[in-house]
Amino acid sequence: MKYAYYPGCSAECNAVAYEHSVREVADLLGIKLQTIDDWNCCGATEYFSQDELTACAVIARNLALVEPQLQQLVAPCAACYLNLKKTDKLMADHPDIGAKVNECLAAGGLNYQPGRVRVRHMLDVIVDDIGETAVRDKVVHPLKGLRLAPYYGCQVVRPIEAGDGTEYPMKMDRLLGWLGAEVVDYPAKAHCCGGHMTQISEPQAFELIRRLLYSAEQAKADIIACMCPMCQLNMDGYQGRVNSYFGTDYRLPIIYFTQIVGLAFGIEPKKLGFGKELVAAMPVLKAKMNGQLATSLG
Amino acid sequence: MAHTTEKKGTFLEEVIEATPDGERLVHCLQCGSCGGSCPSGAEMQYTPRTLIAMINAGDRDAVLAANTMWACVSCYLCTTRCPQNIPITDIIYTLKRMSIAEGRYSKTDAPAMAKTFTDFVEMFGRSYEIGLAIGYHAFKRWKPIELMKMGPMGIKMLLRRRMAFIPSKIRQIDQLRAIIKKAKELSAKEQQEAKALRQPTHGH
Repeated sequence: MKYAYYPGCSAECNAVAYEHSVREVADLLGIKLQTIDDWNCCGATEYFSQDELTACAVIARNLALVEPQLQQLVAPCAACYLNLKKTDKLMADHPDIGAKVNECLAAGGLNYQPGRVRVRHMLDVIVDDIGETAVRDKVVHPLKGLRLAPYYGCQVVRPIEAGDGTEYPMKMDRLLGWLGAEVVDYPAKAHCCGGHMTQISEPQAFELIRRLLYSAEQAKADIIACMCPMCQLNMDGYQGRVNSYFGTDYRLPIIYFTQIVGLAFGIEPKKLGFGKELVAAMPVLKAKMNGQLATSLG
Repeated sequence: MAHTTEKKGTFLEEVIEATPDGERLVHCLQCGSCGGSCPSGAEMQYTPRTLIAMINAGDRDAVLAANTMWACVSCYLCTTRCPQNIPITDIIYTLKRMSIAEGRYSKTDAPAMAKTFTDFVEMFGRSYEIGLAIGYHAFKRWKPIELMKMGPMGIKMLLRRRMAFIPSKIRQIDQLRAIIKKAKELSAKEQQEAKALRQPTHGH
């Protein structure tokens, strides 16, 4: 299957592990991702705080640039996903907004017909379009003995419900289960990581991050699997700061779900971006996994 | 509907006008599901429920000066749990925009963060993390100490090549800028119209 692909700014650098693992896993599953030519930043939440029309117009430029023969657009980042989906929905539900956004796009010689592109998250594509049988077929290293905590965050499960509920999503739980892992059930899986709050109020942000780490650790998770660069950065990059702030000693590696999928598929860890995380995942993987995978990890 | 004509020019009408599906606001039951669900509720002067009551009461100045909007993390739990389908997070965004436009906020660096972020988008068409960190913490926020606190993490990120000094730039930056210019023009016009409609505030 062929999809248009919106990498998002994080993919270029901070979340390069996500980008590489998405591409590796997609290749193996026969998912063709065609990057939108000359895509621009989605503005995260920062334009919506200042000007709604500018926010929508900046996002809609990407939708307008999706090649006419492609009907579906995949975004791996939760914030990009929501922005693209929300703008398409706003334009469709409110023709006045749609008209105004198109007036802006026209200034750049572009136009977007709301509803033309269906925005999807990478997790949905793997779980819904590829499905259990095809995923199980590709597993060469079942992740037996590894306790994984799926972390969904906010912006994929809310506010636009995509068939997996807004409170207690299960899609990643199912996917990780197909890989043979022990999937940890914990209450914080769709709670908020704080988004950009680390930059504005550290005490507030650190408390939100602490709650997630606490919840996953209470459930005896070895690793948290996430699906958004912002969530990964907050829980991984700031884990040391959170520990010094609260006097805690969390050492939970935060890995993109596609890295875990790739590992089970037998893709070389380096190609999946392992080693980019600040809280190292490899020692945990080697300690917890036995048999073939542990040997292949070296 | 009777209430909308009757409330023309009020703060409630202004918020409704500026928010997609904002008309749901009049259906608030004051049940408090929003405030109870909010992960940042404890940080807020007024929870979303209280803020909605204040919007209804026309307490424009207090609402736009509240810290509620700046504690919001856009997690949308209030929105999806609202039994009356009020787009609460979007209403918070509307209030952020009004508060920024009129310079009513205080004790928050969120508007400076937003401006620094979007300035880079308008410069390059992409976000620029190092530029954002330095520009925001050291210059916009005047808190270089915050930048130093981030130092050890920044170095680890650099060593893992998760941060780049050279920003990425789109080819058709002029096209993006033309689109943004148009959007800002249209929005400025709308803001002028909204201002003309607004009832003069009494008291104080």
